[in-house]
Amino acid sequence: MSLRELTIHEAHRLLRQGEISSVELTQALLDRILAVDNEVKAYLCLMPESALEEAQQADAAIAAARREGRLQELHPLTGIPLAIKDIICVQGVPTTCGSRILEEFIPPFEATAVEKLWAARAVLLGKTNCDEFAMGSSTENSAYFATRNPWDLTRVPGGSSGGSAAAVAADECLGALGSDTGGSVRQPASLCGVVGLKPTYGRVSRYGLVAFASSLDQIGVLAKDVADAALLLGAIAGYDWRDSTSVDVPVPDYVAALDGEVRGLRVGVPREYFIEGMQPAVERAVRAAIEHLAGLGAEIVEVSLPHTEYALPVYYLIAPAEASANLARYDGVKYGYRVADAVDLDDATRRTRQLGFGAEVKRRIMLGTYALSAGYYDAYYLRAQRVRTLIKRDFDEAFARVEVIACPTSPTTAFRLGEKVDDPLQMYLSDVFTLSMNLAGICGISIPCGFDEEGLPVGLQIMGPAFGEEAVLRAAYAYERSTEWHKRRPPL
Amino acid sequence: MQYEPIIGMEVHAELLTASKMFCGCDAHIFGAPPNTHVCPVCLGLPGVLPVINRKAVEYTLMAGLALHCQIAEFSVFARKNYTYPDLPKGYQISQYELPLCRDGWLDVEVDGQSRRIGITRAHLEEDTAKLFHAGGYSLVDFNRAGVPLLEIVSEPDIRSPEEARQYLIRLQQILRYLGVSSADMEKGAMRCEANVSLRPVGSTALGTKVEVKNLNSFRSVKLALEYEIERQARVLEAGGTVEQVTMGWDEVHNRTVVQRSKEYADDYRYFPEPDLPPLEISREWVAEIRSRLPELPEAKRARFIADYGLDAQQAEVLVQERAVADYFEEAVAAYGGAARAVAPWISGELFRLLRAQGLEMAEVPVPAKALADLLILIDEGKITSGTGKQVLAQMFASGRSAAEIVEAEGLAQVSDAATLEAAVRKVLAAYPDEVAKYREGKSQIIGWLMGQVMRETKGKANPQLVRELLERQLRQC
Repeated sequence: MSLRELTIHEAHRLLRQGEISSVELTQALLDRILAVDNEVKAYLCLMPESALEEAQQADAAIAAARREGRLQELHPLTGIPLAIKDIICVQGVPTTCGSRILEEFIPPFEATAVEKLWAARAVLLGKTNCDEFAMGSSTENSAYFATRNPWDLTRVPGGSSGGSAAAVAADECLGALGSDTGGSVRQPASLCGVVGLKPTYGRVSRYGLVAFASSLDQIGVLAKDVADAALLLGAIAGYDWRDSTSVDVPVPDYVAALDGEVRGLRVGVPREYFIEGMQPAVERAVRAAIEHLAGLGAEIVEVSLPHTEYALPVYYLIAPAEASANLARYDGVKYGYRVADAVDLDDATRRTRQLGFGAEVKRRIMLGTYALSAGYYDAYYLRAQRVRTLIKRDFDEAFARVEVIACPTSPTTAFRLGEKVDDPLQMYLSDVFTLSMNLAGICGISIPCGFDEEGLPVGLQIMGPAFGEEAVLRAAYAYERSTEWHKRRPPL
Repeated sequence: MQYEPIIGMEVHAELLTASKMFCGCDAHIFGAPPNTHVCPVCLGLPGVLPVINRKAVEYTLMAGLALHCQIAEFSVFARKNYTYPDLPKGYQISQYELPLCRDGWLDVEVDGQSRRIGITRAHLEEDTAKLFHAGGYSLVDFNRAGVPLLEIVSEPDIRSPEEARQYLIRLQQILRYLGVSSADMEKGAMRCEANVSLRPVGSTALGTKVEVKNLNSFRSVKLALEYEIERQARVLEAGGTVEQVTMGWDEVHNRTVVQRSKEYADDYRYFPEPDLPPLEISREWVAEIRSRLPELPEAKRARFIADYGLDAQQAEVLVQERAVADYFEEAVAAYGGAARAVAPWISGELFRLLRAQGLEMAEVPVPAKALADLLILIDEGKITSGTGKQVLAQMFASGRSAAEIVEAEGLAQVSDAATLEAAVRKVLAAYPDEVAKYREGKSQIIGWLMGQVMRETKGKANPQLVRELLERQLRQC
């Protein structure tokens, strides 16, 4: 097996045993990126020199740990080459959010999640492409270029963390950070055939994650298998005083939850998640996966999440409303893009935003501004918040009966580039199975569970209650280790 | 027709917290070079998050309690959306529904009459940056961005410009007593806006209100309101209607000018700040804060009258500043005599000396104990009251004690009969005409003669003894 195909836990074992070095591993990934990223276009910004320096330092740390007999204490991410979605701030490294308006923005501070990766001595290969400000489901809304799906270069990788998902799928990194506001980690994971985990709201600090919709955003991880997702989550989770919405709940040992045991685990299947119009191959694969879990001893329970049909409209009121405020700061005054030939302040602000933002971002700013306007607030924003409470209550009731809920991640497999760009509603529907979880603030994972007739991956979504990551990981791991889907590689 | 003005006030006071409202930056920004008290959070860089300053909440609760407000058990921050380069995030974190404090009141007194002004709400928000407009370009100083601001909104209960001024003076006094704000209007630490409308006397309907901004001093507040009331009255008298506009007070030309008309009314699109969870204010915390509140001017004034036998005006002068009131009480305690005797020394001599040097009470170079010692010297007859004033001036200038000064300068009162008799004799010999007048029955001339003796003794003579000696000698001859 080539180095680039290693999982994080495999690479960690080899690093610890001294069979490989982080520099070799990092170089193998940089070579891979050079070989395939012209086609995949996962990375917006590549940092080969600093990556190799970090790898050298990691090797020195591993050597020191070996000398001092502390190899057991070595962090599982030490020397592991990772990628970070370009919406998460890395100090001194351009952070564009896939937008023109932040073309030249270099954060003078570190996101908390990134700080934790540095503390683990991970290696950062580069920043990955995404839909502008994470608004999109195909990564086609990036102001720079579209990322392609490694399984079929004529198709989208999903989005908005499409760059991170594609990089993991194409062996261009061992794992990656993404962000998930309405499915932006899970949906691209599903479309790229990798594992994508969206933690509970408040589990991972949002400090340094450029805000799209503050009450929905959460940093998540993309990985080659469930064990790696558990490792990555364990590294970045935890309370952070800099994020008042992070929650002071102890971080469990997620890897310890991976015992492969699901006997007696009650798995809910929501009838509202098998809808007309979903791709038959997706339904088939997901139903088979649920049967597979039953075969492993899980107890399958039909549950109902009756307000599911309102999730999409509720999401498209709340998320744009928050975005309209979050994106108000981009006026070209202090950083980022600014028109050169403005005649006055109004002109500068107006045209900077006109030229700096893409169509989808502008659409959402307008939607959100409207939903918050005097005379409309009660009918739109406030009502949406009330329905959000009902959606959350649906989950509370379901999770009183079951430990986890299994359903499809996305109604379709990867669609063709350009197929939905002119039809925002069709694009929005791509997240119809993932949005509710963000509205409810709960956690979930997408894992590979099959392929359609054209060889495109299908994702199984396993959702858990708030801070129920261990149950989700346990179920996902039990499924994964008794199946082979995650071992397939795209024909690149 | 007679019109009655209906006035409501909106006051913003910068809080004296060590750090800013939502970040760790030093909040003491006055005089600092531009953009030196800034960080990613108060600059609103992409990806940063606010963290609530607990002290700012505490200060707001203190102010709320002092203003007899209801303290919320559950309070929410909100985003107030508008675009301006002095607002780094494109929204201000403020409070809208569920402010920290609601439904309080403040009593003000005008011409001896007390009136109760309702407080609608007191809430917490962040200050904006400061813009400097140069020719053809503008500069932004973000030092002020994120400094905690307490906003206090009154009910439209105020009925005259003087009442408005008194309201602000009382409010400033309270904020300073609490130590939560310097409330210095000249430095912009306290800023106010007024809403004013007129209605015919006897009517209960409300007229169209005009908002007046840029009121940077108590004087401006009074002048601007007087001007605006007159202007509105003229409009109404002429059969016109007052338009709902925002006016600014033009200090140079002493007039209000239209800043914005109603068509541009803002829609701030308030919504709950998703980056900050709602605040739960425990009753224990409120009780604890209440127990720590200092005695406020109103209560102090009443106590000074009751306990020290001061008259209302004396008490008023002494409680205006907490430092003065504390000084007074300390001096009274050290003195041990009648408090009424202490008061004029502070409000008269000491204030005059402070004013002359441009000093604040907090900087007074004469400790309260030292003033008390001076008064004791006078009571004991060691020096005259007149000499006492000279001695106080020297204490003020040198920091020496009264006793030291009296000793060194030989200012002790002369009560030695022989010395004084000689002086009296000398004066009587020098002014035979006046002596004759006295004997003809113009007895009041004795005062003038006393003055001459005092002059002869450089003011040190015991006045009572001098009078006795004069009277005796005038009778003898």
